Amino acid sequence: MITVQNLNKVYGTKSVLTDISLTFPTAGITSLIGPNGAGKSTLLMIIAKLLEPSSGHVSFNSRQISDIKTAEYAHRVATLRQSPGFNLRLTVEELISFGRFPYSRGHLTQDDKKIIEESIEFLDLQHLRNSYLDELSGGQRQMAFLAMTIAQKTDVLLLDEPLNNLDMRHAVQIMQALRRLCDEQGRTVLLVIHDINFAANYSDHIIALKNGTLKFNGTSEQVITETNLKSLYELDFEIIRSKHGCLCNYFNL
Amino acid sequence: MILRLSILFMVLCIASLTIGVQQLAWSDLLDGSKDAWLTLTASRIPRLIALILTGIGLSISGVILQHIVRNKFVEPATSGGLDAAKLGLLISLTMLPEANTSTKMIFAMLFCLAASLIFIAIINRIEFKNTVLIPVLGLMYGSVLSSIAEFYAYKNNILQSMQGWLLGDFSRVVQEHYELIYIILPVIILAYLYAHRFTVLGMGEEMSSSLGLGYASTAAIGLILVAITVSASVITVGTIPFVGLVIPNLVALKYGENLSRTLPIVALGGACLLILCDILGRLVIYPFEVPIGLTAGGVGGVMFLILILRGIK
Repeated sequence: MITVQNLNKVYGTKSVLTDISLTFPTAGITSLIGPNGAGKSTLLMIIAKLLEPSSGHVSFNSRQISDIKTAEYAHRVATLRQSPGFNLRLTVEELISFGRFPYSRGHLTQDDKKIIEESIEFLDLQHLRNSYLDELSGGQRQMAFLAMTIAQKTDVLLLDEPLNNLDMRHAVQIMQALRRLCDEQGRTVLLVIHDINFAANYSDHIIALKNGTLKFNGTSEQVITETNLKSLYELDFEIIRSKHGCLCNYFNL
Repeated sequence: MILRLSILFMVLCIASLTIGVQQLAWSDLLDGSKDAWLTLTASRIPRLIALILTGIGLSISGVILQHIVRNKFVEPATSGGLDAAKLGLLISLTMLPEANTSTKMIFAMLFCLAASLIFIAIINRIEFKNTVLIPVLGLMYGSVLSSIAEFYAYKNNILQSMQGWLLGDFSRVVQEHYELIYIILPVIILAYLYAHRFTVLGMGEEMSSSLGLGYASTAAIGLILVAITVSASVITVGTIPFVGLVIPNLVALKYGENLSRTLPIVALGGACLLILCDILGRLVIYPFEVPIGLTAGGVGGVMFLILILRGIK
């Protein structure tokens, strides 16, 4: 369980996060939403231990994360960021096997190999396993990185805009995979997401930030209302619910 | 592939032992001719060992730097490291003329390390990170360090001799004058043990931390290994550019960059390239020799240009 207390992050004179206190739910998908500059990614990076807060605390299972070593934290929390600068020429299988690095430090055991196999199968990447990353499409690359993060076998996965620049089919594939990860394996997924409809239809829980402050925090149904979204994005919304889910329309209103 | 490369390596080794001004016939060796054995043990074998260790060391240094900086065109010659080692050596020579080899080595190493750290600090401050811009910056930075060295040498009236002995040349390698190069051996072993971690470094700081790797300490180990290799090779044989650039790039094209798998190929490739350049240098104006700094610079420079023109991403 991850809890943040009175978290602040200041860059120079600009305050990016102001006094955030909340407890993230365990198991299931939690989406962090909000307009640009709301501080979503900053919050995620602080929880990932990749960024130091200016003040405040983050605790993981009642332990301060600042007291947990990087090597140990990698057994509990896996982080996937956007990686446009990633230019290592690795095959998909090699990349995924690096998900076992926190445990194996380079010497893969039978157990590691089994987990790598499972991750490849989980995302249906068998046909790509020997392809080099730089030969893949954006969507395939993102699937490969996700498989690596899954192979890390952590309870918690932190994903920073995993759907960015993906076509609809890949975006849906990734969200369905995350759904299965939570439902079948009981893992906790925390992601920053821009597309409100993906957030509304695939998350159990939604946390909304605006200008560095916590705006809404609740189940998907509680947060996704016309008035909430209007105050969050300063846009009119029409929410159309059907038996397949809901559609947040903000066009032509 | 590794088999074919090993065969090539063996052939080159035998050629390197046989070729030279002093005719060396295998039959003389079998007859137990003292002259022949002396040529072999005092000159040819030390030279070959120095070539192999330098070749492996420089190509491994290149690949480590490329993973730390995350740029495929970086190597000791394109990041200021080589020029800094030169400068350090020069300063130790003029300030402490009595200094022994290990003191010189420490000076060269510290300068090389400091220059690499400054180079990394510079490129971390650059917003616009174009792939080709970074080695260009490194070359400029290296030229500045090199001009400081030359100015210093000029003031101390050793400019000409400096240019002579700093150009990579294996003809000076004879028994009892090259043993420092063996320090590259432990570097190679450590590089193998750390191969997996260096690959993780190449994924960038955030991904390394997320995989539980101490980024700064691993990068520091990498830079120290590079500094040791570069300074030992500068002191023993002089500067040899581009080996660390050409071989890793060629290997990456074909075998990728998972170092725990490709490091043996990179190492063997570096040794082969250097032996080949050395044999070329010995044959071009036979019975005289062209220094390897020139042949490697020429061969490596052309290949560097081809790689840039082919547009490696």
